[in-house]
Parts: sequence; C-alpha cells; structure tokens
Amino acid sequence: MSMIFGVPLAVLSGQLLIGIINGAFYALLSLGLAVIFGLLKIINFAHGAMYMLGAMATVLMFDYLGVNYWAALLLAPLLVGAFGVAIEYFLLRRIAGQDHIYSLLLTFGVALIISGVLVNWFGVSGLRYTMPDVFKGGVNLGFMFMPYYRAWVIVAALVVCFATWFVIEKTKLGAYLRAGTEDSELMQGFGINVPLLISLTYGFGVALAAFAGVLAAPIYSVTPVMGSATLITVFAVVVIGGMGSIGGAIITGILMGVIEGLTKTFYPPASSAVIFLVMVLVLMFRPSGLFGKEA
Amino acid sequence: MNQPVNSADIHKAIVQEQAAQDRKKLILNGVLLLILLAAPFMIYPVFLMKILCFALFAVAFNLLFGFTGLLSFGHAAFLATGGYTTGYLLSNYSGLSTEMGIIAGTLAATVLGTGFALLSIRRQGIYFAMVTLALAQLVFFFFVQSEFTGGEDGMHGIPRGELLGFINLEDNLNMYYFVLAVFIACYLLVQRIVGSPFGQVLKAIKQNEPRAVSLGYNVDRYKVLAFVISAALAGLAGSMKSVVFQLASLNDAHWHMSGEVILMTLVGGMGTLLGPVVGATFVVNIEYQLSQGALRDWVDPILGGIFVLTVLAFRSGIVGEIQKFVKKNLG
Repeated sequence: MSMIFGVPLAVLSGQLLIGIINGAFYALLSLGLAVIFGLLKIINFAHGAMYMLGAMATVLMFDYLGVNYWAALLLAPLLVGAFGVAIEYFLLRRIAGQDHIYSLLLTFGVALIISGVLVNWFGVSGLRYTMPDVFKGGVNLGFMFMPYYRAWVIVAALVVCFATWFVIEKTKLGAYLRAGTEDSELMQGFGINVPLLISLTYGFGVALAAFAGVLAAPIYSVTPVMGSATLITVFAVVVIGGMGSIGGAIITGILMGVIEGLTKTFYPPASSAVIFLVMVLVLMFRPSGLFGKEA
Repeated sequence: MNQPVNSADIHKAIVQEQAAQDRKKLILNGVLLLILLAAPFMIYPVFLMKILCFALFAVAFNLLFGFTGLLSFGHAAFLATGGYTTGYLLSNYSGLSTEMGIIAGTLAATVLGTGFALLSIRRQGIYFAMVTLALAQLVFFFFVQSEFTGGEDGMHGIPRGELLGFINLEDNLNMYYFVLAVFIACYLLVQRIVGSPFGQVLKAIKQNEPRAVSLGYNVDRYKVLAFVISAALAGLAGSMKSVVFQLASLNDAHWHMSGEVILMTLVGGMGTLLGPVVGATFVVNIEYQLSQGALRDWVDPILGGIFVLTVLAFRSGIVGEIQKFVKKNLG
C-alpha cells in the first residue's frame, strides 16, 4: 500500500472525497446565501432550516406518499421554494425599508419556529432514508473505492452550481438580477416587476438549500437540528470567500470542504474547528475575504 | 401660559423643567430600588438572581447593539467564558475568595472580548454578525472538547464560598443582595458610559459611521472599546450566574444563548437603558411559565414567534413603545 505523509493513500483519498462532498454542500448553501444577499441585502438565517426542510421533506414524502428520490429532487426544492416565497411575501416584505439587521433577526426567528416545531413532531434523533437501488455499490478506482452515490452528489452539486452561475452571469434574467442589486428603484422605473423578482430570488435561494437537503438525505443523519450547525460553518465559509462573486462562493465552499477533510486525516481533533481558524487567518491578512470586493 | 421673553427666563424655565424631571426620575428609581430590596421576601431569591444575571447580560449586550449599532451574534462566548473560568477557579482553589473568582472570570471574558473585537471590526454590518457567530462557535468547540468543563455534563458543585472572607454566600439572601449590588453598580456604569462624551461618539457611530469618521473620530478604537466593555460585563454576568447556580454548562456557550440575549434586548427595547432589564425579566418569566405548563415542549417555537412579532410590529420594544406613548400623549 502506498503511503503519503505516513497515511495510506486509500485513507487519504477517502477523506479527500468526503471533503469534496462536504465542500459541495458548503458551495450549494453559500451560493444560495449569496444569491439572496445580492438582491435582498440580507443574510438568511433561516437557510439552515430550509436545508433541513429539504432533507426532511425527502424522507417524509417517501415514507407517507411513496415519492421516490428523483421526484423528491424536484419536488422538495419546489415546495421549500414556494414556502420561501410565502415568507418573503408575508414577512420580509413588511420590513423591507428598515435596517437590514431586522430582516436578519426575522429570519432567525423563522428558523427557531421551523426547527422547534419539527423537533416536537419528530424528536432530535435521526430519520432513516434508504438509498435508491441505482446508487448502491460503487466502483474501484484502483487507489480508492468510489461509492456511486457520492460521485452523483459531486456531479449534481457542481452542475447546479454551474447552472446558477450561468443564469446569473450570462442570461437576461441574470442581468435583471444584477441590475437589481445595483439600483432596484431604477429597475422599477424601467418597468421591471422588482417585488416579484425579489420574491422569486428568495424562493430560488432557499430552493438551492432544499436541493442540498435532498442530496444530503441518503448520506447524512436527517434531523430537525441538522441545519443550524451546518449553517454556522457556511457563514464562516461566506466570510472567508466574501459574497462579492458567485464563482467565489462555489470555489471557497469546495476548498473549505477539502481542507476540512485533510485536517480529519492528519489531525482529527481540529477538524471541526479548522474552517473557523481559516476564517480568523483570512480576517487578519485579507479582511475583505478571498474574493470579496467590499470590506 | 406665560411665554418667557428673554434668554434668562428661558434658561430658568429649562432649569426648572430639568429639576422636575430629575425629581421624577429620582422617585422612580427610589421606588424601583425599594421593590428590588424587598423582592426576595416575596419571590424565590434564586429566580430573582437568574433574572438579574440575564438582565446584566442583556444590558452588556445592549451597550454594543443598542447604542453602538453592532449586532454581535456571539455574546454567549463571553457568558460561558466568565462562568467556566470562575467555576474552575472556585472549584479547584479552595483558598480563593468568591469575589476573586468572579473578577478572574470577568478578566478572562475581557481578554477574549478583545480578541473578538480586533478580528470582527474588520468587517461591517451583516458580516460582523457572521464573524462573531463563527468565533463564538470556535469557543464552543473548545469548551466541548476541553476536559475541565466537563463536556456535555457541565461543571457541577461550584462552591459559593464567602464574600470578602466573611459573608456567607451559601445563604440565598446574602447571595441575592450581592448580585443586586453588582447589578446596580454595572447598570449605573453603563448609564454613565452612555451619557459620557464617549457614549455620544458611540451613538454617532450608530447613526452615521462615515460622518463620525469625517468628524475625525477613530471609529475603530471606539468600537473595540465598546465591544471589550460589553464582553467584560457579559463575562461578569456569566461568572455571577455560575456562582448563583453552582453550575456552568455548555448551554451558556451555545449560539442559542446568543440569540436569546438578542431577543431580550429587542423585546425590552434596544437603545434604552431599562429595556434590556425589562426584556430579560420578560423572557426569563415566559420561559419559566412555559416550562411549567402544557406548552413545555414549545418554548423554542414560541420564542421564535415572539422574535418575528417583535420585529414586525414592536421594533422599539416594550420600553421604547411606552416611551413613544408617553411622549405622544403626555409630553
């Protein structure tokens, strides 16, 4: 068995793979945060709860309605996205003119309600989701074993990330969105329905989180509290990358996942803290973030 | 009504008005003090001390959030650091008097607060909230993995000991009056800070930071100092709390606690002196009442609901709304 820095290659590449997968989740989640931040200028504290809702919806729809994985992959983000549109329309819109701190606190309250209610219904122990048969097993790559599902997660996350980047940076709709972040009043003057655009943006952002939740359902423990810890890590990722660019959010997410995986291989006790330590270093030496434009 | 005709008269009228207001304030504060002194004979002192500790925590938080406009989402870290430090010292060094343990806990939180402040003020607005939240999570991980904290079990049986070597704090009444004295001292300190020229600069930063910069103030220094004072007082609250309950646990370090202090301040009225005290009393009571009744499992969603409702409808909080009402109808 070949060794790298005293660690078997198979172990190292296995941890790297887990790191890339965690990174894919960080990328999807921070991408959604960045999209919402772009137009609404708020940090969505309910993002972790939406990610959790996506995963819970996948499990519950399968258990009670027999909805399979592929349908859930489409349905869960749609449902959660619609829920997000409702939150934006009924709650966030009412305080649109106020200090952004209030909308941040509002979404925090919403997150408390959602996770609190679900904890009451389902407890904090994990729900089980059986992996679809297609994904059972894996392929031996020679230096490591690659489970099919993990490969699928990476591919799916990257495709969705790239598609989002493409829509925002290269299409007309994306141009509207970007213009809206610059000057939404002027946009309104040009006859574009900005309030609708804002609702849909919030819905799309949380749908991305729900999509990550569906991907997570077969491999992570699905519980009503799975979102909060993940969200705090994603916040650190966002601080590291800065929310200036969509591409930056994706790259930083994956990079941080890999760093976390490597730390788990070489110095396990620090693995849960390493992203936060990177954040401290970035704040010291590059306060505006790796891809950030503003301080 | 006679209109004052010259500047001397106007000046006299203002002085009289001021004196009348001061008298009213003095009477109000006197009544409040009497209530607080008599309270432990009517209500269980430990419950009152819990309210006072959280009120101090919220007052500390409000100095930063309400008066400087910086939303820290990591104040639980200071509460826990104060509590664990004091708990560890008092449990392991029996020669140490209680007040030294509390001072040490406060100092530990002050040092941590300085670190937090220097890092977090490098980012503004929403990023500031995220940075403080992430730093506090780092502190949480540290406490989870450290052996001295007792991990998930927490630190139990912290001795209350004796104050200044001769006042027995095992007695709940003695303990109560000690906590009350510390609370009042801190409250007056914050009142003094807010009213001082330093406090005026903090308010200027909150209202319009670029303007404060252009007036020549070194804004970052003011922010750091406000943060450090706030962290120190939050640490003091944690230290007192660990002595009162003889317990320090991971709950105090959890992000949930950072959210709770925000809620207390918001519900009571951010940017008012009395607001956080009212808010802490309100939240601690609500939590207690809920935990006794059929809704005991619904504390979190209900707190979340109060959050949403406050943000949507009562942004000035209880004290702020009352002040507005008084100004409109009686002013």
